[in-house]
Amino acid sequence: MSLTTAHSVVVPSTTSKRIAAVLIVAYALISIVPLLWIFATSFKTPPDSIAYPPKILFQPSTEGYCNLFTTRTRQTAEYIASLPPATSFCDEVTRKRNMVIAGPSNFLPRFVNSLIIAFGSTFCAVFLGTLAAYGFSRFKVPLADDLLFFILSTRMMPPIAVAIPIYLMYRELGLSDSALGMILLYTAVNVSLAVWLLKGFIDEIPREYEEAAMIDGYTRLQAFWKVVLPQATTGIAATAIFCLIFAWNEYAFAALLTSGTAQTAPPFIPTIIGEGGQDWPAVAAGTTIFLVPILVFTILLRKQLLRGITFGAVRK
Amino acid sequence: MAEIRVENLRKEFSGFTAVQNSSFTVDDGDFFVMLGPSGCGKTTTLRMIAGLELPTSGRILLGGEDVTMKRARERDIAFVFQLFALYPHMNVRKNIGFPLLAQGVPRAEIRKQVEDVARLLRIDHILDRPVSGLAGGDRQRVALGRAIVRRPLCFLMDEPLGTLDAEFRDLMVHELRELHNRIGATTVYVTHDQLEAMSMADKIAVMNHGIIEQFGSPREIYDRPRSMYVADFMGSPPMNFLRFHSGLVRGARLVSVHGAEIAVPEIREDIAPSALALGARPEHIRLDDASGLRGEVLGAEYLGTTQIVVVRTGDGLVRARVPASDLVRTGETVGLTLSGAHLSLFDTASGRAIDTALYEGAPHG
Repeated sequence: MSLTTAHSVVVPSTTSKRIAAVLIVAYALISIVPLLWIFATSFKTPPDSIAYPPKILFQPSTEGYCNLFTTRTRQTAEYIASLPPATSFCDEVTRKRNMVIAGPSNFLPRFVNSLIIAFGSTFCAVFLGTLAAYGFSRFKVPLADDLLFFILSTRMMPPIAVAIPIYLMYRELGLSDSALGMILLYTAVNVSLAVWLLKGFIDEIPREYEEAAMIDGYTRLQAFWKVVLPQATTGIAATAIFCLIFAWNEYAFAALLTSGTAQTAPPFIPTIIGEGGQDWPAVAAGTTIFLVPILVFTILLRKQLLRGITFGAVRK
Repeated sequence: MAEIRVENLRKEFSGFTAVQNSSFTVDDGDFFVMLGPSGCGKTTTLRMIAGLELPTSGRILLGGEDVTMKRARERDIAFVFQLFALYPHMNVRKNIGFPLLAQGVPRAEIRKQVEDVARLLRIDHILDRPVSGLAGGDRQRVALGRAIVRRPLCFLMDEPLGTLDAEFRDLMVHELRELHNRIGATTVYVTHDQLEAMSMADKIAVMNHGIIEQFGSPREIYDRPRSMYVADFMGSPPMNFLRFHSGLVRGARLVSVHGAEIAVPEIREDIAPSALALGARPEHIRLDDASGLRGEVLGAEYLGTTQIVVVRTGDGLVRARVPASDLVRTGETVGLTLSGAHLSLFDTASGRAIDTALYEGAPHG
């Protein structure tokens, strides 16, 4: 920086830019290294995964993924030798460890459960939340402030605090271990967040748009659909991501209320550890696959998140 | 095209009356301006005509049909918002075509009509642009396009030029009036800017505190104000008031203001002695050394062809618009002559204009 350069109040100086860059890189490393480690572990062989000192460079293997999607039984070497030649890579690695594949594991159905429950509850929470937020934003709702506070108050304790009553209720209602029950539960937890977030976003959209649409010959519902919703996409996307992350990652209720048919991935993944020794590559493979949907969803909605709320067509 | 009739319209919000018993009729094809300061109820009245607010009481008739309780979309009106309210997620073409889409007009027909309107407003070159990047004047034209494409019964405009800068505003005032002359649709226009009102309106209603103070042509409003409020609100600088205490007799043609006898239009009513004000527009005051009404010059504001001379008289400050060629020096004492035929008299307690010959022959005044 030369001495003749005037100090600017808006353009950050080179020094502060450097400090910012160092901080961002440090933060990124701290966040990303564990993920990279999980990702790397998922491609290690079980011996490599527990090697000490830890192996940074290793021969990649998909054994972890094989183990994740299959159940295996230990057999004698004679029996394995008597089998016809292995037809797939997975067969081969399994036999090397004196085991044969007995069938598919529960990971895939559990993962599908997670998808159904998380996306289903996110859709319900955002749908109900948008309608409620629009109502609170635009109409004179009696006791609106009290209602909003009441809605928020459901988030004032950790949801798991009501685990026992919900467990008993669900048992009586036959909702235990059902996808519907989990969708209802996660929707109930998320809808308060959705109402509050979306109300803020919808408050920002000037009423003139709907009024213009209603004068242009549309009903209020049409105006909402054609004019308000397209402008609320940013808020809806942000809200959907928050709801999805909660529903996707939720462990406590899932562990408590689901055990079989409706079990989601989070309570399932730890159970992999128990099957035939500590199979870290399989656990890491499960975690890696588990991360993918939320990553994709966030990347898909990133554009919506970054886009401005109003595009400057209304001047304030 | 239709006449708009408003009868005893009243709007109360919780604990506050925004519009009090307004009645007026806008003739078919008129450009009608509601003028007043912010909070005077002009926008509320407009929104009730549009169907965006429901009146507490009263009736609204569009082309003879009672629409008081009808929804906005059933009224066949178009509204131009102060902030334009162009749909930001649509381009110019879709914005203009949006009202036609609601009516189920076929796509090819929408395309044709949108292009016709765009040509009329000279925005056909920006039809496929997003509305976000448009300049203020173009946004204004798009908003107008969306309003006229449907050929509604009437246009309602809520301070549509309020956000434009001065240069554009003059241009748009001219364009709006020209557009009105071309399509001849009944228009209700709300503004707080008297110059906009005077230059565009066929009829003006001056509003204050939810009450229509006066309804009439720009000339009537300016020359024959019905209340001190109107007299003060219109004109720049506003009307001068010489306050005095006196009674008036029907038929008199002179009033005595602190000893000076001043000719006024013939008085048509008897008034018991009370606080009165004599109103004179700055341009109806001449400098005249012989006059009994005298004062000290405080300063002069030079405007090119005219100048505004501020004189301190025994009755307060008086602003006179005199030719720029008149030589006045600050501090000197001058006499002022008022042009008798144009003066107004007011009862200061009620602000009401006293009936004089000035008001004769004015249909709405």
